[in-house]
Amino acid sequence: MKTLMKGNEAISQAAIVAGCKAFFGYPITPQNEIPEYMSAAMVNAGRVFVQAESEVAAINMIYGGAAAGVRVMTSSSSPGIALKQEGISYLAAAKLPCVIVSVMRCGPGLGGILPSQSDYFQVVKGGGNGDYYTPVYAPNSVQESVDLTIKAFDIADKYRTPVFVVVDGTLGQMMEPVEFKPVTPYQIDVDSFATNGQSGKRGYRNMVNSLNLSAIGLEKSNFELKATYDEIRKNEAMYESSVKDGDEIALVAYGVPSRIALNAVKALNDKGVKAGLIRPITLWPFPDEAFKLPASVKIVLVCELSMGQMIDDVRLALNGSVPAHFYGRTGGVIFEPEELVDAAIKVVGGGK
Amino acid sequence: MNNSSSSGKTERILIAGFGGQGALTAGQIIALLHMGRGLNVTWMPSYGAEMRGGTANCSVIVSDGIIGSPTVSTNADVLIALNTPSLDKFEPIVAPGGTIIANTSIIKRGTTRTDVKFIGVDATNIAVALGNLKIANMVAMGTYLNLHPEFNDSDFEKVLNDRFGEKGKALIPLNMEAMKKGRV
Repeated sequence: MKTLMKGNEAISQAAIVAGCKAFFGYPITPQNEIPEYMSAAMVNAGRVFVQAESEVAAINMIYGGAAAGVRVMTSSSSPGIALKQEGISYLAAAKLPCVIVSVMRCGPGLGGILPSQSDYFQVVKGGGNGDYYTPVYAPNSVQESVDLTIKAFDIADKYRTPVFVVVDGTLGQMMEPVEFKPVTPYQIDVDSFATNGQSGKRGYRNMVNSLNLSAIGLEKSNFELKATYDEIRKNEAMYESSVKDGDEIALVAYGVPSRIALNAVKALNDKGVKAGLIRPITLWPFPDEAFKLPASVKIVLVCELSMGQMIDDVRLALNGSVPAHFYGRTGGVIFEPEELVDAAIKVVGGGK
Repeated sequence: MNNSSSSGKTERILIAGFGGQGALTAGQIIALLHMGRGLNVTWMPSYGAEMRGGTANCSVIVSDGIIGSPTVSTNADVLIALNTPSLDKFEPIVAPGGTIIANTSIIKRGTTRTDVKFIGVDATNIAVALGNLKIANMVAMGTYLNLHPEFNDSDFEKVLNDRFGEKGKALIPLNMEAMKKGRV
């Protein structure tokens, strides 16, 4: 049975289906439907909802909830995520699982409330201190927002790491039919790390901490994190690609802009320009595999609602094999398929 | 319906008016109607400062194929304009052969386009005569349904029930009456 839902509401319901036991948040446009939905739905489900006094408080409540061994989620938008970065670094250091949703808006600074992808760096490269990464899922439909939010909880538990789900404001606000299927959550061994009380049965102490004043001890912890990140890199990259032998150009886009790029690719093919589309679904780990291109592809056009951020990772993945060009709009402006068609024709160098 | 989207048959609809005229709700009802027929649908509102007064609009795309961009900023098959600024702003993006449904209670001009169909509906006046200014959107919805004979009144009633739930049940007969006035 499908229902018509906003992306923000669907992400919220997905968290409930995934067994999220506590939600801590603070209002900011364009993600307000998430705490609004959770304020009723979590309470009705007998779970915890707290509107914290600030983003900083919310992320530290996440630290507490995750340390207690329950599934927790917070959500915010770009400037709010900036405030949470210290806490995210602590969560990564303490190996605490949690899901963080960012419904990206335009910046820098307080910026504006309209859709943007100018916080790719913020979630992919991390704004907190230290050597850490967070898996980042970037859905392009309301249904995929549901599926990847549910997956994010499992990945967080499996690798004991904070996990991001990022959408732009468009996806948060748009409605599409969605379906919720029953979920079998990943079974995490909570007793192995959580400060959930020994109750006389565990027989050992768990301590959750991110401070380590021993050089050798902290280095060991960094090696352990590195090993986890290597596993995630090996196992969890996701993408979609329609690029095939004979294509001369590959467009690259993620999130809702990938749907605009889909229209553009169709229009290009109608004009006789052979084009395909690569859509990274995980932004970290970045799907390098998708950029092993057929020899016919001479050029790549990266399309983002930013001034050019993911293009850095595309260039690393291409490793100089073919040039990567960029087309972006920002400030809340969303490009039209026709703009991408024009940009693609310009870079392939043809008036075809 | 045209074949301009990524595959299959697609209808691109833009609904616009003053905040409070029910443009966004009308869009959701159109999306739900087509969804009931198993089609893919997207509904995308304008959001931002304009929601707090001024104009409001939403894009609805229905398709039997994959829907790419959810925004109708070009090639609208149907424009439902509930006020004059909406007609002024969006008239140029209606696709050749497309349809403009205009609330002629407020909009005192026709279209300057010669390649589109213009259908006037006295939506606000009909709504006021029925006793509720807020149901002008339902009258315009009825006019939209003229383009879709495959939907009958009970399809519409079912969607209203789904959309408004128990809380809105008492208002459904009035909304149905408004829709029927627009559908004649």
